Amino acid sequence: MTSTIEAPRSPYSRAPRSRGVNWEKWGWIYMRVSGVVLVVLIFGHLFVNLMVGEGVSALNFAFVAGKLTTPFWMVWDVLMLWLALIHGGNGMRTLVNDYATQRLTRGILKSAILAAVVILIVLGTLVVFTFDPCPAGSPADLLPSFCSAI
Amino acid sequence: MPEQAATLTSQQKTTSRRPAGTLYRGREGMWSWVLHRITGVAIFFFLLVHILDTALVRVSPEAYNAVISSYQTPIMGLGETALVGAIVFHAFNGIRIILIDFWNAKYQKAMFYVVVALWVVTMLAFVPRHLINVFSH
Repeated sequence: MTSTIEAPRSPYSRAPRSRGVNWEKWGWIYMRVSGVVLVVLIFGHLFVNLMVGEGVSALNFAFVAGKLTTPFWMVWDVLMLWLALIHGGNGMRTLVNDYATQRLTRGILKSAILAAVVILIVLGTLVVFTFDPCPAGSPADLLPSFCSAI
Repeated sequence: MPEQAATLTSQQKTTSRRPAGTLYRGREGMWSWVLHRITGVAIFFFLLVHILDTALVRVSPEAYNAVISSYQTPIMGLGETALVGAIVFHAFNGIRIILIDFWNAKYQKAMFYVVVALWVVTMLAFVPRHLINVFSH
């Protein structure tokens, strides 16, 4: 069987799509828009958590509690959660489309990616917005200092 | 038949040891694409784990501190260095991709070396400080 491979950048030979939302186009745009925002959000996240002060060795419950009770960092973290998971999930979808040759394999892998993304977005969003920085019965030395003022 | 001869020559070129007939294979464009995919997959799987470990703040302070202390060990400290290296490359190469799409594709090779240079500078700022934080506590 012979097939002709057209020269690169030759005019589109299929009929252009005429109706419906072009989801692949919006996915392409999303990767670029979210990517630019994520560079700022993740570089800021890494700087504050790993570079300021004693970095990774200073991380503990009290540190996270201080951040997750500040509206600025709550918005920062939730934005990062949604943008990064959808960006990563869409990127993994691209790889599955490229490398999985069986239709069933593609379906299973993309369903798994979708499930992971949806479950973790729901879990992460709930954690940020239902967080209790001073859980009852916890030792005071593990809690942020503002808990003793309550 | 001069046309056939020309076809044969180009086929012979593409099967020779050094890639020919393409500006893409084996060059900066290919390696940046390969690295972008590998770093992307690595970051995605870390992200899944990282959301789960952070979710432990909703369980108890003890549970969160227990898991975060495993991030403070020397081996994980080296892993974090690799993770930041992957993120920094993916970030800068992603900006390069956007510039190829919206600005000018003919600078893609030069921009790859800008990405490498910015990666080196960023890692020089990060790695010593991070390793001191990991190994001095």
